[in-house]
Amino acid sequence: MTETFDDLRDLYQEVILDHGRRPRHGRRLETYDATAKGDNPMCGDRVQVWLRYAPDGTIAETGFEARGCAISVASADLMAETVQGRSKSDTAALFATFREMARTGVCPACDPTMERLAPLSGVHEYPSRVKCATLPWHALVAALAGTPGDIKETSSE
Amino acid sequence: MTASFDVARIREDFPILRQTIRGKPLVYLDSGASAQKPRVVIDAMVQCMETQYANIHRGLHWMSERTTDAYEAARDAVATLMNARDRSEIVFTNSVTGALNLVAHSYGRGILKPGQAVVISAMEHHSNIVPWQMLRDSHGIELRVAPIDDAGELDMGAFESLLDDGKVGLVSITHMSNVLGTVTPAERIVKIAHAHGAKVLFDGSQAIVHRRVDVQAIGCDFYAWTGHKLYGPTGIGVLWARREILEAMPPFMGGGDMISSVTYEKSTWAQVPHKFEAGTPAIVEGIGLKAAVDYVQSIGYEAMAAHEATLTDHAIARLSAIEGIKIYGRAQDRGGVISFTLDKAHAHDVATLLDRQGIAVRAGHHCAQPLMQRLGVDSTSRASFGVYTTLEEIDVLADTLTRVREFFTR
Ligand SMILES: Cc1ncc(COP(=O)(O)O)c(C=O)c1O
Repeated sequence: MTETFDDLRDLYQEVILDHGRRPRHGRRLETYDATAKGDNPMCGDRVQVWLRYAPDGTIAETGFEARGCAISVASADLMAETVQGRSKSDTAALFATFREMARTGVCPACDPTMERLAPLSGVHEYPSRVKCATLPWHALVAALAGTPGDIKETSSE
Repeated sequence: MTASFDVARIREDFPILRQTIRGKPLVYLDSGASAQKPRVVIDAMVQCMETQYANIHRGLHWMSERTTDAYEAARDAVATLMNARDRSEIVFTNSVTGALNLVAHSYGRGILKPGQAVVISAMEHHSNIVPWQMLRDSHGIELRVAPIDDAGELDMGAFESLLDDGKVGLVSITHMSNVLGTVTPAERIVKIAHAHGAKVLFDGSQAIVHRRVDVQAIGCDFYAWTGHKLYGPTGIGVLWARREILEAMPPFMGGGDMISSVTYEKSTWAQVPHKFEAGTPAIVEGIGLKAAVDYVQSIGYEAMAAHEATLTDHAIARLSAIEGIKIYGRAQDRGGVISFTLDKAHAHDVATLLDRQGIAVRAGHHCAQPLMQRLGVDSTSRASFGVYTTLEEIDVLADTLTRVREFFTR
């Protein structure tokens, strides 16, 4: 019966359904160096991200708690996976590239280390869902910047 | 369904329903957010702009007179629709949000006194929460919230006890919840409030789409609604209030059309309702609203309500049978708005999958975040019905939801 939604396979690829259902990094870290919340007031999605840094300042571990759709949970989980071991500036640049991919569906600047994020490019066909994919990244970048408290996702991408 | 209500005939009145979405017939189940427009409304607006459009209440030329008459005819139509005692009790605003803010500003700051309280309910739209919060913070008015029970009905005992100390000056409450579908017991609310010296304002945005509203029978003091949900255009809303209350209220916005005379020392106000209609109003929209009201009257509320009850019963029966679904609100008296969640799929994912099948529903917090909190959810999906909704469309929704759940369960 599910062939009804075959044209949605571009958006809900297996990896998204899987990580949306069973996120590997979906937990709050016991000890952490930075945390921030993302909140999308238009739809009620909420996420909090916790970060632990390695001695050299790169990201050692990322955990998150998300209340949102499959896209936002999967995006948070794949993000946590992808940013591991990256520096702050590298991660900020990664977000810029990811955001462009989510908006346009193409990614000339993507390198092989971003392969895991590629399934999320399907959101570009659903303008109202792009912000689901970028919300955890906004929280992550806010945590990296050390902005305390509640960070609103207000961009209308 | 009664013979007098031929939904296939009705559907022909709505040009948009001939659309297909991604090759599938449009199944529009988002009328609670905004209703589609019948041909007569579209034509009335176009015809005004093509043949007689001019500013109103000010020109002496033929077109202005014609357009003024057409715009003022909307006031008559609305007064009749609501059974107002007098056409001057109908104030046009830009939406129900505008109407509620008008009351909060003018009645709230001009008539209510610091130390008094306003009562709302736990199932209000943000537009019937935020204006009162602003009044609370600027004017020292206490804001009280009447709770609902688990069925989504107003807790009448708790409501009454909120009024016990006699401090409540105004009860501002929904006549029908845009999330739960609950229709509140308007006459009882008015009786209790009046017995405690409080005036009553209803947010009738949803209610007036589904049942006849007779403000004299209800006995309330204010009644507000919004044109675009009643098959009319956006940009126009209605505030009805008793004439003596409107006369006692200070103006809200100042400008053209709302004055009697202006000097630098002092201005005097026009008679009601014009005192509250500063500036050039939504002329074309007013004319469209008249066409919408006439359209609704030609179908008749009795027929609309019967059709809607059939749809709602069918929808609840079909949706309840879906595994893992939760429907929010089980009020005895309810209208055609059904909110639900699926255990395996988030509301946004549900809406996206439905959209791909040509089915338009709303997903999110429905501008009712405190209610969402009360229900213990962040968001729900919501199907809402209009005169053009069919039983077959509800079947399509139910069948598709079953497949949505399978999609996310595998
Ligand atoms: C119960 C209720 N109140 C208020 C509103 C606000 O209507 P508008 O945005 O037209 O002012 C709505 C619709 O969104 C509603 O359903």
